[in-house]
Amino acid sequence: MKGRVVLGLALVALLVLPLALSPYRLLLMLPFMAYGVILLGLNLLFGYTGLVSFGHALFVGIGAYTGAFLTHAGIRSLEVIVLAAAVLGAVAAALVGLLCVRYVKIYFGMLTLAFGMVFYTFLLKFYRLTGGDEGMQVLRPLLLGLNLDAMPKTTYLVGPYYYYCLGVLVVAAAVMWRIVHSPFGLCLRTIRDNPLKAEALGVSVTRYRWYAFVISGVFAAVGGALLGPPTGNVDPTLAYWTHSGSLVFMALLGGFASFFGPVLGAFVFIFLQDAVMSVVPYWRLVFGAILAIIVIFAPGGLMGFFARPRPS
Amino acid sequence: MTREAILEARDVRKLYGDFVALDGVSLAVGAGEFVSIIGPNGAGKSTLINVLTGVLRPTAGTVRFKERDAAGIGPVALTRLGLARSFQLVQIFPDLTVIETLLAPVISRLGRGTSLFRSLAGDREAQDGALEVAELFGLADKRHVPARQLPQGDKKLLDVASAFALQPEIILLDEPTSGVSTAEKSAIMEILVTASRRMGLKAIIQVEHDMDIVFGYSDRIVALHQGRVLADATPAAIRADARVVDMVIGRAHQGEAGRER
Repeated sequence: MKGRVVLGLALVALLVLPLALSPYRLLLMLPFMAYGVILLGLNLLFGYTGLVSFGHALFVGIGAYTGAFLTHAGIRSLEVIVLAAAVLGAVAAALVGLLCVRYVKIYFGMLTLAFGMVFYTFLLKFYRLTGGDEGMQVLRPLLLGLNLDAMPKTTYLVGPYYYYCLGVLVVAAAVMWRIVHSPFGLCLRTIRDNPLKAEALGVSVTRYRWYAFVISGVFAAVGGALLGPPTGNVDPTLAYWTHSGSLVFMALLGGFASFFGPVLGAFVFIFLQDAVMSVVPYWRLVFGAILAIIVIFAPGGLMGFFARPRPS
Repeated sequence: MTREAILEARDVRKLYGDFVALDGVSLAVGAGEFVSIIGPNGAGKSTLINVLTGVLRPTAGTVRFKERDAAGIGPVALTRLGLARSFQLVQIFPDLTVIETLLAPVISRLGRGTSLFRSLAGDREAQDGALEVAELFGLADKRHVPARQLPQGDKKLLDVASAFALQPEIILLDEPTSGVSTAEKSAIMEILVTASRRMGLKAIIQVEHDMDIVFGYSDRIVALHQGRVLADATPAAIRADARVVDMVIGRAHQGEAGRER
């Protein structure tokens, strides 16, 4: 009950924020919401299935570049872009997952990382197709079929685009909530806790891990598609392994044991990064220290301080 | 075996390199039987279980479950056919509650594991099925307790209960009372015999070291020794078999309780 109140208040806050916050801060909300979607997916794998992917930036990259390619091809509807990103994310995750889910722990993590690096190199080297290290431009997408080209860029981003992202985040959260509270979600948790026992109870461990991987890839790609338009540019660093590391960091920061923990982690990460960067250029140094502190002293992340210890 | 066998292993050999773990083991279990497999460490009990549960493929010989080839088909396929198992070392889901632990096999039995958008909480059939098993095993009061917080005896019970929740035809229990106190042993046995009757299980196979339990509950005892079946007979006949008593049970325990280890 308390959770619902907090959730309701958070939603109201997100709805009225454009009236209260400076455009600068609102622009930071955009990547937060995109990462929120990505993290919901990552955590299906991490918190619920017990697999830590160090290659999720691959799917984020796929989603982001989908937007770049489609807007260049004249397809600027964000609905179509998001849908296409979801499909491509699913296909990529299905293929990559086929190999990765046979392994667990560090082997799974390293294998996902390897695939991520392959894709990164592809983006970097196929200059003619991807623009290499300069990346690609993402043209302003149409929202619900509306062409808002006449709007100043910031007005577009902190207004219609903000609410669009919020809508996607809310839908993504609702869908993921449904998934983790479904029979399927329970099966994933049995796999996380004890694969040997899960198998003996008829849960096909490899197959379910693969399903979770594919779903996770879809969420990452959808979130990735939302990352491009605010900057108007996508580049290979989106698919770089340190980006995958940041995603894992966000999950740890917020607390992977809770449903909304990773989303909170994304929020804190974005704003903290901004705050630290405005003071010192070495934000990675500060974040490294924070990561160490979390792992040692607060393995439950921020949610660990006031939430139940495990998703249920 | 005059009775029709549900689970049947014939001339099973299993080699690990040069080591012969099973050397021509045949075993058939039919409806209404409670069969105990006994034998000293290294006799091949674990290998036999892994062969019977489809985890290991035998080097030679056949394993059939309900007249289907079941050699090496894996635990998931076998559960679907109607064979469940529990483990020697207690296997639980530490962060799942008792009722969640029991829901997992019920979901799997109902074929709803891939239902992505169905509400688990609102699935009355699954919830009732899980609660029913919890009640049978005396775990209903603790249904919202995370498994890791249960006392050892209850963990063991939950492990066995979750296998029962699959409503198998045959259940294979690998030392159902190992690791629990003597006082709890008979309580666990009583519960699972009652549960198997109520749930309509056709047969129970157990591997057990505790001769009290072996002789107290079995219709038939299969004694393994060095990968071979030394004897396959009624408890009374086993007790009278000097070779089995010598090699497997131990003379001190002839006719009375005791562990052979």
